[in-house]
Amino acid sequence: MELIMAIAVGVLFTVGVYLILSKSLLRIVLGTSLLTHGVHLLLLTMAGLKRGAAPVLGGQADTYVDPLPQALILTSIVISFGVTAFFFVLAYRAYQAHGTDEMDAVREEKQ
Amino acid sequence: MNNLVVLPILIPLCTAVLMIFLKEKVLLQRLISVFSGVLNVVLSCILVSRIDGNGIQTLHMGGWAPPYGIVFVGDMFAALLVLTASVVSLAVLLYSFGSIGVERERTYYYTFFHFLLVGVYGSFLTGDIFNLFVFFEVMLISSYALISLGGTKLQLREAPKYLLINIVSSTLFVAAVAYLYAAVGTLNMAHLSQRVAEAGQGGVLNVIAILFLIVFALKAGLFLFFWLPGSYIAPPAAVRALFGALLTKVGVYAMIRTFTLIFVNDPDFTNGWIAWMAAVTMILGALGAVAYNDIPRILNYNVVVGVGFVAFGLASGTSDALNGAVFYLLHDMLGKSLMFILGGLIIAAEGTDQLKNMGGMIKRYPLLGWSFFVMALALAGMPPFSGFPGKVLIIRGGLDSGMLTLSLIGLGSSLLVLYSLIKVFRLAFWGNEPGTEQPKVRLKGGTAVAAGLLVLVMMMGLGAEWVNSYVTQAGDVLGSPELYIKAVMKE
Repeated sequence: MELIMAIAVGVLFTVGVYLILSKSLLRIVLGTSLLTHGVHLLLLTMAGLKRGAAPVLGGQADTYVDPLPQALILTSIVISFGVTAFFFVLAYRAYQAHGTDEMDAVREEKQ
Repeated sequence: MNNLVVLPILIPLCTAVLMIFLKEKVLLQRLISVFSGVLNVVLSCILVSRIDGNGIQTLHMGGWAPPYGIVFVGDMFAALLVLTASVVSLAVLLYSFGSIGVERERTYYYTFFHFLLVGVYGSFLTGDIFNLFVFFEVMLISSYALISLGGTKLQLREAPKYLLINIVSSTLFVAAVAYLYAAVGTLNMAHLSQRVAEAGQGGVLNVIAILFLIVFALKAGLFLFFWLPGSYIAPPAAVRALFGALLTKVGVYAMIRTFTLIFVNDPDFTNGWIAWMAAVTMILGALGAVAYNDIPRILNYNVVVGVGFVAFGLASGTSDALNGAVFYLLHDMLGKSLMFILGGLIIAAEGTDQLKNMGGMIKRYPLLGWSFFVMALALAGMPPFSGFPGKVLIIRGGLDSGMLTLSLIGLGSSLLVLYSLIKVFRLAFWGNEPGTEQPKVRLKGGTAVAAGLLVLVMMMGLGAEWVNSYVTQAGDVLGSPELYIKAVMKE
């Protein structure tokens, strides 16, 4: 199971990096969100995917899954959500100011 | 157990929240900001003296003993950095009153300012690697807001790049934490250090160490500094001073902490990497500082050189070099904020940042001119000023551990730093004024702030013996991680 997850994470990273290297700012923002998806899955996978009950103490399970990475992922998701929202608005404002979302065109513009 | 450790984080946090409600009342915002800034300076002085008397201070959040809870650790290194950061931020705060403009002040400038400080102090004081990530994000998100606040065309061009590079490095940080958690199963730094030592720092842990090095190098501008000179020209001078003095230094702090506490068992490998990165950083930074003819870029490349120098101290790893790195880091925070404030004043006075349009300023602004001159000497490391003791210790440590080439590069970069800053001094202050007589611009107290910082830089150089008694305590903990582990894991 970990192997499949590792491959999925690898694909997400590949696509994310490819999108980040493209010219359009919108694709770049999408690339960063794919990258953060990949890293959250990685956090879940690296802590081990052994079978166990959900980490809620009500049930009478013998084993539980590790609750720590879930808390870390929750924290990281919220942070990356905030950052992505800011990035989208910034991209929109940059588009308004420069009239283009091509990063090359923005760079060549004389100030 | 000591609540004093967390107060430097809590006070700016409360101030920032309070500022949200005082959006339109600019005068009140300024008053409260100064009050909170002064309070933090006083508190960090108390923290330093407490550590001086009683050793490393720890606070278990919520009463959960480490490694299960989050622990805040105030050792001498962290406390000295908090003290310096609070002094620097107070100076930048006073400088921003006259320079930042009411429009920005009305749009939550002070809120973001204090949230940035929360992130900086939190990164210095935390003892948990994921908590370090969260404080990094607090700092970075505030810096995203500060770099784009105002929304000029230049800012909207540079801010997306700055965001992108920091999002990528934060993602790598989380990946590195995930790998480390899988390898040793803990997040507390002291416990990590023990576990990594037990596991013997083999191939996998070395790879994780290098991943951390890449993450912190991206944040600190060590070798991977390609984003820094461009991004730091966008925001106004006060924000630039804050960034140049604090943001990269947090990355440097994290690097020093990681490679003196956690990944200490294979120093030849990790220090080898840090050494060549430091060498390339010093060379490229110095070349960049010499190459440009506009003030912001020259100053930005000087930040890069400073980071390379501290990394050199970390790479040679002798006790002299570690003391030197701590001393130089403290000096660098003061010196770089002074440098950006003086640079901002020159740009404000002349209305341009191109050196070719300047000249003859010494007649109109003698105090500003001689302050800049002394600052240039201090940053290059001339003996009576604060840059000298740190550089001597780092170079001595480098020679002791047989890094002759790196020591020579360090000395050469100091020379180029001096050349680049004296070039600014010569072209801006000497010679004839270009064109007609220019009116004298009122600099609104900025010169006084700069003079205050300059006095501190001089005092730190003249009182180096006294400062060094604290710095060696910081260096001792860095040199022997078991002191840190014992203080955190004692119960």
